Amino acid sequence: MGSLTIENVQKSFGKVDVLKGIDLTVEDGEFVVFVGPSGCGKSTLLRVIAGLEDSSSGRVLIDGGDVSATPPAKRGIAMVFQTYALYPHLTVRDNMGLGLKQAGEAASEIDRRIGIASSMLSLEPYLKRRPAELSGGQRQRVAIGRAVVREPKLFLFDEPLSNLDAALRVNTRLEIAQLHRRLKATMIYVTHDQVEAMTLADKIVVLNAGRIEQVGKPMELYNAPANEFVAGFIGSPKMNFIDGGRLGETAKTIGVRPEHITVDPKKGSWKGTVVHAEHLGADTNLYLDCEKTGLITVRIFGVYDAEPGATLYATPDPTKTYRFDADRKAIK
Amino acid sequence: MSRATSSLPRSVAAHAILIVYTIIALFPVVLIIVNSFKSRAAIFRTPLMPPTGTTFDLVGYATVVNQGDFLLYFQNSIVVTVASLFFVLLFGAMAAFALSEYRFRGNTLMGLYLALGIMIPIRLGTVAILQMMVAGGLVNTLTALILVYTAQGLPLAVFILSEFMRGVSDDLKNAGRIDGLSEYTIFFRLVLPLVRPSMATVAVFTMIPIWNDLWFPLILAPSESTKTVTLGAQLFLGQFVTNWNAVLAALSLAILPVLVLYVIFSRQLIRGITSGAVK
Repeated sequence: MGSLTIENVQKSFGKVDVLKGIDLTVEDGEFVVFVGPSGCGKSTLLRVIAGLEDSSSGRVLIDGGDVSATPPAKRGIAMVFQTYALYPHLTVRDNMGLGLKQAGEAASEIDRRIGIASSMLSLEPYLKRRPAELSGGQRQRVAIGRAVVREPKLFLFDEPLSNLDAALRVNTRLEIAQLHRRLKATMIYVTHDQVEAMTLADKIVVLNAGRIEQVGKPMELYNAPANEFVAGFIGSPKMNFIDGGRLGETAKTIGVRPEHITVDPKKGSWKGTVVHAEHLGADTNLYLDCEKTGLITVRIFGVYDAEPGATLYATPDPTKTYRFDADRKAIK
Repeated sequence: MSRATSSLPRSVAAHAILIVYTIIALFPVVLIIVNSFKSRAAIFRTPLMPPTGTTFDLVGYATVVNQGDFLLYFQNSIVVTVASLFFVLLFGAMAAFALSEYRFRGNTLMGLYLALGIMIPIRLGTVAILQMMVAGGLVNTLTALILVYTAQGLPLAVFILSEFMRGVSDDLKNAGRIDGLSEYTIFFRLVLPLVRPSMATVAVFTMIPIWNDLWFPLILAPSESTKTVTLGAQLFLGQFVTNWNAVLAALSLAILPVLVLYVIFSRQLIRGITSGAVK
């Protein structure tokens, strides 16, 4: 109970095509993350699934039933928004219970579900407060609780962590991951942050300019990106792209991740000067201006002392370099 | 004593300008109120002096209370103002919500059309309005005034409110839709409370011209039973003799209800309840 099928969904606002034919299947119980740069259509796709936007063409099926003409409240979904979107005039309890009340659930059942959800999210002390009296993290937990009490077939998350500060973001991410494990519910999560995508997802859908670039498990995307866009989007710091011609290769572009390059002060494949060094403690990111390749990023694990202006030799791991053709597709 | 964000000469200058402006703005009002408590001779002899023991006279107020049906005029003014205000805010907010919330063909055009009334004074259409009211049998009714004032207030209300409604979080409205709230509930329970300060602004801007209007009461509802306060005060302005005591007293009294309404609305202006809804 909780599968989703999207068949050739297109959406245009006036002359602008935001979604250009999306096909996707989400299995029951999967945690799927839509990731992509801003304006790629990921939020629009989520809104089409929720029924907050009508698609221009194509079908959305939840549990095999076409819901294209079903209003949001009847689709069996729940949504968590970036801005929390709590009702300011209602207490935490009423915020969570409103949807069930509208659906005509019995009061005892509403109380039972609010009880379960609030203990799951440790919200019991706040049930009588209004949203204005809660901190950002608590508000987002209430918003998640409001989704949980609906016991939906599909959970939809629209960048739920974007408004939280860095420390809270990690905590809430963990809570969402645990929630998924406990509820075994189907969840669809939209983010522009590839770290959130990698850490939460069973399956990542990379979107760009209204199209799906690649669908796969996080490690599949990392190890075998289908094209230059996915290769550049997944992984941080970003993959280095080097013109194949300059290295004497037949491929149009050569890609190598910063963590798959080693440096040595004496010998190596590419000679370069250090432009800038970022010392993060656990990692050191070096920016090298190499004669053969131009500016590349190198990620070294641990502390590495390198001052700007120093000469270093960089050597890529030949088993972990990627080749892309003129169409930006990966050459297998 | 000069600090980074303030300097003495600058704040003195700013305060001087503000004080001068306040005096200019309040002077006529104070003059009317002060003189309304004076005898006729004192009004003309020393118009700028406050009432003293010898010049203090309540004859103006006595005339207003005894002569003419001023209580009824007040009631008419209040009924017309409050009813028009209610309809302007209700329909204005509804139209603004539709314009800002729904995408439909001709949305921008419709918005411009509704805002057209800001640029074209409604008085240009007086003759047509009068003909319509005659045809509808509404001459000498308060309904006629309410209809005209609602039409007069709507353009500005729609214009201002639609700007504010665009600022209401989409997420909040969408959360309501997912929870199964109807569009009316979303409008009345979620959106209206959040735009309450702007509603109060619109109310103040709408209320004062309606209360002060002389034109439409004179043309559409001049009968004794439908006179408004401003029209009623004309009773004391004769072609040859003007009862200044009564005029000033009537005008002083007419300030009160607007003042009360203003205080009610300005409290709303200050109250911000948006915090906690979104970020």
